[in-house]
Amino acid sequence: MLIKKPTLIRPSEITPPSAYLNRRQFMQGLAGTAAFAASASALALPAPQFDKGLPVYAGPDWLQQQLRAGVSNKALSTDEKVAPYQHAIRHNNFYEFGTGKGDPAKNAQDFITDPWSVEISGEVNRPGTIGLEDLIKPHQLEERIVRLRCVEAWSMVLPFVGVSLATLLKQFEPTSKAKYVEFTTLNDPKQMPGQRSVFSSLDWPYVEALRMDEAMHPLAFMAVGMYGNALPPQNGAPLRLVLPWKYGFKWVKSIVGIRFTETMPATTWNKMAAQEYGFFANVNPAVSHPRWSQATERRLPSSLFRPNIIDTQPFNGYGDEVAHLYSDLDLKKWF
Amino acid sequence: MVLKQLKNHPALRLLEWWLLFLAALLPLAWISWQAWSFALGADPAKEITDYLGQWALYLLWGSLAITPLRQALGWTRLQRFRRMIGLYALFYATTHLLAFGTFIIGWRWDLLQTALTERTYIIVGALALLLLIPLGVTSTKGWQRRLKKRWTQLHQLVYPISLLVLLHVVWLIRDSYFDVFLYGSLLGWMLGYRVWRRLQRRLRRSASLSS
Ligand code: HEM
Repeated sequence: MLIKKPTLIRPSEITPPSAYLNRRQFMQGLAGTAAFAASASALALPAPQFDKGLPVYAGPDWLQQQLRAGVSNKALSTDEKVAPYQHAIRHNNFYEFGTGKGDPAKNAQDFITDPWSVEISGEVNRPGTIGLEDLIKPHQLEERIVRLRCVEAWSMVLPFVGVSLATLLKQFEPTSKAKYVEFTTLNDPKQMPGQRSVFSSLDWPYVEALRMDEAMHPLAFMAVGMYGNALPPQNGAPLRLVLPWKYGFKWVKSIVGIRFTETMPATTWNKMAAQEYGFFANVNPAVSHPRWSQATERRLPSSLFRPNIIDTQPFNGYGDEVAHLYSDLDLKKWF
Repeated sequence: MVLKQLKNHPALRLLEWWLLFLAALLPLAWISWQAWSFALGADPAKEITDYLGQWALYLLWGSLAITPLRQALGWTRLQRFRRMIGLYALFYATTHLLAFGTFIIGWRWDLLQTALTERTYIIVGALALLLLIPLGVTSTKGWQRRLKKRWTQLHQLVYPISLLVLLHVVWLIRDSYFDVFLYGSLLGWMLGYRVWRRLQRRLRRSASLSS
C-alpha cells in the first residue's frame, strides 16, 4: 500500500464540512479583511484564521468525507471562547517530539499517520488489529468543545471531532474480566526524536489507562479531528483520547494499542513519579503537584499584563457528570 | 610594542566596556521584541520568564568562569568585566522575578504566598536571588576597600548561590535532564577547579614547610 503523507492544503481549497457550511461561508467572506476579529464572535466553531497561511490538516479522503458529515454535540460542549487555531496547533505537550511547547509543531510534520492501525488485546471477545478506517467508518462523527486542563496549570478550550469512547470500545466486546483499559502511543524512535533522547526519564512507549467505568462514561471521547479537520500530527494524529475531567497527560495521543485488563495497568507518568502523578489524574484544585499549585490555572491565550487567571474547578468543571464515579474514593489519596 | 600600546589604549578599553555593556542587553531587547510582535506563541508569559531565567543563569555561570579562564588559560583581559557580568546576572534574575510576578501570577498576593511557601523550586530560587542582592550592592570599589578581607569572604557566597540556582532548575524539570546535565557539569568544572587549586596550594605550602 502506498504510504501517503498527510497533505497540507491551503484553507481556501477545503470543501467545508456541511455542518459548518454557514460558518465557513461567513468566514470566507471575511477572509483578507477582518477574519482575525471574526474568530472572537459568538458562534460555536471558529474556523482557522484564513489570512495567516496556517497549515490545515486534511487527513485521508475517507476521513474528510466523514468529517463533513459530522454533527455538533452541543449538550457536551462548553460555550467558552475557543482557542485560536494557530495556538492550538503550536502549543503542544507531546514529548515524543520534544519537550518544548513548540517542538511537536516543528518535529512532527513528516509523521506518517496514514495508513494506521490499532491493536486490540486483552480481555475482549474480539481481539485483533483493525485499520483506522474500519475503526472509525461505522460511526457518526461529532464535535465537542471542551476544556483541556494541563497539569502544568494552564488550560485551553478546544473543538475536537470524534466518537464517544464507549461506542468505540463496545464493538470489541470486553469480557466481564475487563476492569481497566490501557492506551498505548506509537513507539517509533525513527520518527519520534524524543524517544531517542538519552536525557529523557520517561519509559517509552507512552501508556495511560482508565478504569472501565471511566472509559464507558459518555464524556470520554476518542478524537480524530480538530477545528473541523483532521488532527494535526502534533496534536496526536490520527487518534487521541479526550478526557475533559482529567489532566491532559491522560489524553493519550497517536494511539496504536488498546488493551483490556483485569488489574490496574502501570502508567507512564505514575511509573516515573508516583507521588506526583496519580493513576486517576482527575483535575482537583485541592491537591497540588509539587511544582504547581492546582488551585488556579492560566487560560490561554492570555494577555501579558493582565494574565487570565481563573479558579480551577473540581473535575475541571465536569463534576456534575463524573463525580459519582469516585464517590467511594478518597480523592486526596487517589489523585 | 605598538600593538601592546594599542591594546591598552584607554579608548579601546572604553570601547570594549561599552560593547559588552550593550551586548548584555541584547537578550532583553530580543525577548521584548518577540513579545511585542506576538512571536512567542500561545503562552508568551512562560516563554519570557524562562528566557530571562536562562540568561540569569548564563551570566552567573559566566561570572564564575572568569577566574578559571584567567588562571588556566591566561585570559587576563576578562577580569575587568567580572563585576559587570555578575551585576547583569542579578539584573536578569530580577527581570525573571518581575516577569513571573507580572505575567504569570499577575501579582496576586495569595498566589505569591503559596509559591513562596509550597513550591520548593521557587523557595530556593528566591533564596538565591535574595543572596545575590548584597553581592550586587557591595560590588563597588568603595565597598571592596571598606570591607577588605571580609569582601572576599562575602563574595564567596556566589558558590552556594550557584548551587541553589542549580537546585532551582533540577526541581522544575519534568522529563528531560539535558539542561541540568549541561549546567551541572559546567558548574562542577568551575567549582571543582577552585577546590583543586586550593588543595594544590595547601599541598605545596606544607611541602615547603617540611623541607
Ligand atoms: C524569586 C525568585 C525566583 C522565582 C519566583 C523564579 C521562578 C521561576 C519559574 C516560575 C520558572 C518556570 C518554572 C517552570 O518551568 O514551570 C523558573 C525557571 C527558571 N529559573 Fe527561576 N525563579 C527565581 C529565581 C531564579 C534565579 C535567581 C535564577 C538564576 C540566576 C533562575 C533561573 C531560572 C532558570 C534557568 C529557569 C529554567 C528556564 C527553562 O525552563 O529553561 N531563577 N523560575
